[in-house]
Amino acid sequence: MAGPAVAQPWTAAETEAIVARHAGRDGALLPILNDIQAAFGHVPDAAVPIVAEALNLSRADVHGVLTFYHDLKRAPETRPVVKLCRAEACQARGVDRIAPILEGDERIALETVYCLGLCASGPSAMVGARVVGRLDEDAARRLVEEAAA
Amino acid sequence: MRFFVPGDAAARAVGADEVAAALARLAAARGIDAEIVRNGSRGMFELEPLLEVEMGEGRIGFARLAAADVAGVLDAIESGAAHPSATGPVDALPFLKRQTRLTFARCGITDPQSIHDYRAHGGLKGLERAIAIGPAPTVEEVLQSGLRGRGGAGFPAGIKWRTAAEAVAPQKYIVCNADEGDSGTFADRMVMEGDPFMLIEGMAIAGLAVGATYGYVYIRSEYPHAILAMRRAIETARANRLLGPSLLGSDHSFDIEVRVGAGAYVCGEETSLLESIEGKRGEVRAKPPLPAHVGLFGQPTIINNVLTLSAVPYVLAEGAKAYADFGMGRSRGTMPIQLAGNIRNGGLFETAFGITLGELVMDIGGGTLSGRPVRAVQVGGPLGAYFPPEMFDLPFDYEAFAAADGLIGHAGIVVFDDSVDMARMARFAMEFCAVESCGKCTPCRIGSTRGTEVIDRILAGEDVAANLALIEDLCETMKFGSLCALGGFTPYPVLSAIRHFPEDFTRNREVEAAI
Repeated sequence: MAGPAVAQPWTAAETEAIVARHAGRDGALLPILNDIQAAFGHVPDAAVPIVAEALNLSRADVHGVLTFYHDLKRAPETRPVVKLCRAEACQARGVDRIAPILEGDERIALETVYCLGLCASGPSAMVGARVVGRLDEDAARRLVEEAAA
Repeated sequence: MRFFVPGDAAARAVGADEVAAALARLAAARGIDAEIVRNGSRGMFELEPLLEVEMGEGRIGFARLAAADVAGVLDAIESGAAHPSATGPVDALPFLKRQTRLTFARCGITDPQSIHDYRAHGGLKGLERAIAIGPAPTVEEVLQSGLRGRGGAGFPAGIKWRTAAEAVAPQKYIVCNADEGDSGTFADRMVMEGDPFMLIEGMAIAGLAVGATYGYVYIRSEYPHAILAMRRAIETARANRLLGPSLLGSDHSFDIEVRVGAGAYVCGEETSLLESIEGKRGEVRAKPPLPAHVGLFGQPTIINNVLTLSAVPYVLAEGAKAYADFGMGRSRGTMPIQLAGNIRNGGLFETAFGITLGELVMDIGGGTLSGRPVRAVQVGGPLGAYFPPEMFDLPFDYEAFAAADGLIGHAGIVVFDDSVDMARMARFAMEFCAVESCGKCTPCRIGSTRGTEVIDRILAGEDVAANLALIEDLCETMKFGSLCALGGFTPYPVLSAIRHFPEDFTRNREVEAAI
């Protein structure tokens, strides 16, 4: 799930606390990795042995899951992340016309997502848990300014 | 005075939260005793944010509002004067009047988080009846209703349920597939945000029917509002014995938790979804064994889409026949169809099977939003076929679409106008498959990358005829050699684009590139 706008620096203690919150849960690995991602904006390599140890998995198992899912990042992103939908419905509604505005701005980290479920209201984007639809050139510029502010 | 401002993500995305805040502020300033319900969306997304107010003649709508418009709307309501954004009684709008809403009967009407509203609008009758008649007759009702999996595969739900019911195991599970990743679809999201107790009730009925006491709702991370809505509703359901150790006071026990995905489209494939809940890479499992025999954590599991489970309360409450009376052929009941992309009246249109594609796109959808001619529609998400307007007499029916080399999938329809380049859409289908492939089987993992390269050569005008033959051959391999629908169905958009729009592939792109 979308994390806070500014992630906190990674600590082993907070990672252990996250792991402890999911103790005893069936299939706890993905919820744990999602929570680590949300808290720190990424899942650093140093978190992997802590998670592996707690769940009695090999580090390779955790690494395998960590590298499978698009949401989980291995390096921190300090800029605000804007997720722009580039799937078919948003293509049909002209996302390719507004994408260059977002692509050209170094203040934000632009990510591609395939579908936000706003397919009759596109082009659409998501910043944190905030969704924005009917993006035109002006709205895209405003979105960048608000995200970067 | 009772106001409604949708809390649906598609309404929020165009300013519904700001409208609700302005309404609360202005109502307080004017001393209006206002109750503001954050309802689900009515599913008319061009009209969002759609504010409704309860008046003598029913609920009156004010469409496409911005926060700055709210003062004027309140003036109009108080004085009875006309307002340019007024729609009149919302229930009388043709887009709603033409629908047969069984699954979406409450969505947009009730307060989605009020279990009182849910019960007052017919909720819980299905579960009450299931408790009264018991597990085996409940499975029989679902079987007789003809309900088929609404996620895309269209497998009869009752057969799945019967298989799981007959399995003997210490633990069984109900898994709801809410990993709605297909572009052009949003019905699952609307249910979770707009009528979550219906899904919970459907899952509880499924649990009772097959002897499962625990369920998971696996929701994609791109749906933060749906995740929140489901979690809140589950807590309320527990407090009201719609979940817990004694369902509605009976001796049946059932509980649910939400699991959140992490941005992998392939996890919408049922076995991949099960792997993901287990905390593994979302890699597809070979079938058999079927999940109904060996599913989540190795136990018998029913995995159904949101819309399948959401249809169940109606089937139980009104009886299998009432549901099966709608539809055509082997496609029984209604389908919540999603009109999306470049379309004037986009949104949720629930209707009995049998309506034609042309009626949906032109009559109901009103053609393109851009005003240009419709050139292509893609039905069934990124793995669905593209159809030209010449095929608009196709009836919405599982078998009819299969016979036309397509699929209805999760019933999303994405409309494109005549500015679309179908060769680029074919390339996108292959590229999407390459990005989202789980990597387990070779035809999908390698085929999608090679497919993208071959289409690139076609786009560049290199040996077009030979490369078209090559892509057709590759599609055959992917179709028959892939483990799941991702690799297996990516050929649908690619081949349909080539078949119906050959001119986009064969014009000399080298010359075009040189200009």
